[in-house]
Amino acid sequence: MTTVRESQVLARRPRRDGAGSRWRRLPGWARSALVVAVGVGILAITATLTGQLQLTSSGTAQAAVQLLLPILFAALGGLWSERSGIINIGLEGMMILGTWGAAWAGFYGGPWAAVVGGLVFGALGGLLHAVATVTFNVNHIVSGVAITLLGMGVTQYLSTLIFQPLSQNPRQSPRIEAFETFSIQPFADLLASVEAQQRVLLSDVAGLLGGLLTGLTPLVVLGILLVPVSYLVLWHTRFGLRLRSCGENPTAAESLGVQVFGYKYLAVTVSGGLAGLGGAALALNPGQLGYLEGQTGGRGYIGLAAMIFGNWRPGGLLAGSALFGYVDGLQLRAGGEAVHALLYGGTLVAVAVAVWWVARRRWLPAAVAAGSGLLVYLVYLSIDTVPREFAVYAPQLVTLLVLVVASQRLRPPAAIGVEYRRGDGG
Amino acid sequence: MTERAGALVRVRTVLLPPALAVLFAVTLCAGALLVSGDSPLAALSVMITQVGEGTTAVDIVNSGAIYYIVGLAAAIGFQMKLFNIGLEGQFRLAAAVAAIVGGSLALPAGLHALVVILVGIAVGAVWAGIPALLKAYRGVSEVISTIMLNFVATGLIAYLITPGTFGVLRGNNISTQPIPESGQVPGLSFGASGEVFGLVLLAALLGVGYWFLLGRTRFGFELRASGESPTAARAGGVDARRMVIVALVLSGAVAGLAGLPELLGRDHAYTLTSPQGYGFVGLAVALLGRNHPVGVAAGALVWAFLDKSALALDNIGVPREIVLIMQGSIVLSVVVAYEIVRRYGLAAEQRRVAALLRAENGARSEVPS
Amino acid sequence: MAGAAATSEYAVELAGVTKRFPGVVANSDVHLRVRRGEVHALCGENGAGKSTLMKIVYGMQQPDEGTITVDGAPARFRSPADAIRAGIGMVHQHFMLADNLTVAENVLLGAEARLGMGSRARRRIAELAEVVGLVTDPDGLVERLGVADRQRVEILKVLYRGARTVILDEPTAVLVPQEVDELFATLRTMRGEGYTFLFISHKLDEVRAIADMITVIRRGTTVGTVAPDAVTSRQLAEMMVGSELPTPQHGETTVTDREVLRVEGLRLAAEGGGRAVLDGIDLVVRAGEVFGIAGVEGNGQTELVETIMGMRRATAGRVLVGGRDLSRASTLRRREAGIGYIPEDRTRYGLLGTQPLWANRMLGHQSRPPVARPGRFGLLDAVAARRDTERIVAEFDVRTPGVEVPAAALSGGNQQKLVVGRELSGDPVLLIAAHPTRGVDVGAQAGIWDELRRARARGLAVLLISADLDELIGLSDTIAVLLRGRLVGTADPATVTPEELGASMTGADGPGSDRAAAS
Repeated sequence: MTTVRESQVLARRPRRDGAGSRWRRLPGWARSALVVAVGVGILAITATLTGQLQLTSSGTAQAAVQLLLPILFAALGGLWSERSGIINIGLEGMMILGTWGAAWAGFYGGPWAAVVGGLVFGALGGLLHAVATVTFNVNHIVSGVAITLLGMGVTQYLSTLIFQPLSQNPRQSPRIEAFETFSIQPFADLLASVEAQQRVLLSDVAGLLGGLLTGLTPLVVLGILLVPVSYLVLWHTRFGLRLRSCGENPTAAESLGVQVFGYKYLAVTVSGGLAGLGGAALALNPGQLGYLEGQTGGRGYIGLAAMIFGNWRPGGLLAGSALFGYVDGLQLRAGGEAVHALLYGGTLVAVAVAVWWVARRRWLPAAVAAGSGLLVYLVYLSIDTVPREFAVYAPQLVTLLVLVVASQRLRPPAAIGVEYRRGDGG
Repeated sequence: MTERAGALVRVRTVLLPPALAVLFAVTLCAGALLVSGDSPLAALSVMITQVGEGTTAVDIVNSGAIYYIVGLAAAIGFQMKLFNIGLEGQFRLAAAVAAIVGGSLALPAGLHALVVILVGIAVGAVWAGIPALLKAYRGVSEVISTIMLNFVATGLIAYLITPGTFGVLRGNNISTQPIPESGQVPGLSFGASGEVFGLVLLAALLGVGYWFLLGRTRFGFELRASGESPTAARAGGVDARRMVIVALVLSGAVAGLAGLPELLGRDHAYTLTSPQGYGFVGLAVALLGRNHPVGVAAGALVWAFLDKSALALDNIGVPREIVLIMQGSIVLSVVVAYEIVRRYGLAAEQRRVAALLRAENGARSEVPS
Repeated sequence: MAGAAATSEYAVELAGVTKRFPGVVANSDVHLRVRRGEVHALCGENGAGKSTLMKIVYGMQQPDEGTITVDGAPARFRSPADAIRAGIGMVHQHFMLADNLTVAENVLLGAEARLGMGSRARRRIAELAEVVGLVTDPDGLVERLGVADRQRVEILKVLYRGARTVILDEPTAVLVPQEVDELFATLRTMRGEGYTFLFISHKLDEVRAIADMITVIRRGTTVGTVAPDAVTSRQLAEMMVGSELPTPQHGETTVTDREVLRVEGLRLAAEGGGRAVLDGIDLVVRAGEVFGIAGVEGNGQTELVETIMGMRRATAGRVLVGGRDLSRASTLRRREAGIGYIPEDRTRYGLLGTQPLWANRMLGHQSRPPVARPGRFGLLDAVAARRDTERIVAEFDVRTPGVEVPAAALSGGNQQKLVVGRELSGDPVLLIAAHPTRGVDVGAQAGIWDELRRARARGLAVLLISADLDELIGLSDTIAVLLRGRLVGTADPATVTPEELGASMTGADGPGSDRAAAS
């Protein structure tokens, strides 16, 4: 709400920006494509110069897809909830419920039942969060933490009750059936052959692209599709506009006739369902089929971080999930040496960023970028490989770094976290 | 006379919600037990009687003290509406580093333990200082940054205690160098009933210190004011940025002590199987106790009691995880209960005061503000 | 006076409207007639009852007595939706816009059913944007818009929902003069197309420039309806303020020569450019003097007070207290230097609602005796705080069962008395009092005034900000007027008339503008 005292004139941004204004004139998709292209280019250069071909191999890309999926679902869950104004720290708990529900349903009904089971169980968690935060005005973070605790407790209890007789292990469900994987032919084979030729840049691109097209499951397709679907629904429908208004200015929304409470309930329940789908993705992961205590490993939180990284937009959170999935896939398949090579790539990124700031004539950020690049390079030179213990948590470190760097430019929904009471809108 | 009535009302406001919450959680779990075919009454009786058997009572006190420490750490953050979810990473990292330092020094008794304690405090403070600075100067949400740092702490600990760096291999377990006797803290032995950790005393002292800090010092006052009304605090001269940093660092410093009672009193080394999970317990216990020094203590004991019940329940065939559900639902229902009681409470208080004044003086007209 | 033929000459008629709230009568027997195609202004002081009246017209409140007639037909509005259906729209003073949504989204929210969300809707938005003079991209975020454009979006919202009669609540309060001219040009164009405007304002020069008819309201009743060319601004001001002169009860002057507060060239730039919020303020307050600043809200009073208190960082200029330059000092240091502060919004800036009264005694004073214990350990003395709170309760007649009661349980007037008592404790040298008797009943008000006078006799320097002319004239030794961030006139309270003061405050022509600017 803009008040008389609290805001005077906003408006004019100084236009001495050089490259900056040219950049802003490009349409959104062109900008993203450019960033991706630069990123792939840097990876290719790094792979060639450090000899770490795993950086751009199809195997890494495939692993990345599998690993990004639960994070993507969690991030989407965070998006739906936060766009309506409710912070959802309980995504982890809802994901845990989803893994359990998926394992249970999947055991009896196959992979599609697992998907539904995960969705339903996660949505129940979301509903509980909605009741606490919307009806009872509980602080959002407190409720989220409580639901995560509850999720852990309930699933452990139910596992002992239901899974132990079946699998003889209270911490694990029996194996469930996985989806059949498929690849998009003839592209996958074509790209694989290009990759095998070991040509500079071309093979790198082919490797990454090929990995994205192999070993897919319907759940992967669902997850990827939900990104544009979320975008279309939230930004191009009446439903989505009203939902977003609840997170931007619920007072104004209510004064215009929007049922704020109803939208928040729906959004948070959907959010839980999406987190539950993330749990289903984990339960259907060929590496570990079924429910396993502790299998979420904090991915609910990483999904939240991916959403913040993505500036609360579907495209951005896909990029964030992809980044984490990639780093995770890399360290899983290729270990500390590959992560070490990433440091070199990081230096190149810092250099690119510094050049960008110079083009925009902003000297201080350029200096900061250059300085950080130098620091990263020194670290790269001084160690041979990143110790396994750190490599495992590379995604989290990357998250932290991104948050530090990008925090000032983020634009969360304006009324996020606000404990809204009906009738505040007169 | 009316002060007494006011005090009673406040007592009711403070004790009613946790009581309601516990009642609700107990009912919920009784229901779950019935569904699974067990007897709630049998479960309850076992939980209560086991307190008198074996080492249970002492265990409850020991665990309770630890939960109290980490609960106080959470409460310090909560006073300013800061969610220090990083307690987990802070306490574990502090314990690990303290164990490493303790195992590699040789100092006279007493001094040795003191140094270990100080290291624990320092590490906890530093690990909380990172998200504190990020929040104060870059506006990064402390919720996400502390969660990420928890993971990094796990990695850091794993790295530090590998045999290559500071750890040794002991049988199947990886551990830090054991702390020699000069660094160990003796406990209070009750013979067959077990041994109470010496550092339980530290927990009690911390409680007193917390009470003192909050109620009697300017810092405590400014902390609570910032949490209740940042605008009024600013007008009252409080520096918000400084408050955020000091609050989080202090919270981390206290959390750094949570792993020490077990380290110095029982384990004498940090291993892969050293305790974890206390971070979230701290948050839960602080919520239960409404950030009040006595309330948090009560919450800690209740939590420890529930923890120990798990084993007893196991013995009669009831899935011990029912305790987890009880704990989780207590946390959720207590905050809901506080909100409900608060809504009715404030309105009732206003009516009561207005009625009292009207009775004294007759009605007055007032311009609406 | 253009106007399409309608079923009646009058777009809106109010007859005998009365509205009561517990303890106060907001509107009493109000008569208002707005012709179709007219710009009709409603003028009155703060608290005269204008906003309540508009809420009734817009359906946000229901009248206790009287009738509303719209286009000749009687109307009963149970909610704004009813008013919208009848073709009445309201542009609030505090805009209801979502910064992160686009202009089009803000307009369409809640009204998606009218023309959908696709090209038909966008065409309509484009048409209406031309009518209101909005030249921005409808897909641009509202955040990027300046205040004048945001106002146009609000008008657009209202027109999109089919309004033919638009209520504008203090529309020029946030605009610079050029923007005011643009707005008026837009209104004239729209009037030509048959729209009707009901325009609430204090600013008499502007009102006379745009209105076809002016209705003055005072203390809840209509005083009269006049055409702008039939009356001077001074006469209008007189109607608004009433010709009773509050008796300045001064007695001997207590003003000394000793400077306590000196403000030099204080500037505060606005975020994002535009008119500076404070534009070179110079003033001096001496010991024993009450320096009153008059001015309508929105002209910089809040920011002036907060800058002097250190809650905002000035862009330029100095603040000296007792000769010491405190321009870079923190709020706490300034308080320790002996500044007391009565904030204009006690709930947000003055009190901790859930804390007992004795804890609130400590707020702002936590580093000084009696609340702070001697020594540098930062310890507090709760016993002393309780004792001193009881003293305040007794001396300032705070009605409370005790000092353990939470502050939120007290009535507004008693809360204010507590704040005043607290800020006068500890022998301050300077007191900054912003609207010190807002929301306080008459008896308590007199009590607070007495306390301020007594403190002044003891040598306290007081910077008084108030919109209450009784208070200003009755307490001040000097009065200056703050208009759009500048001090534009000083007056002697013993000789100034309320209409002169009112005219200065609203920027109308008059003797007030002849006086030199404050020094």
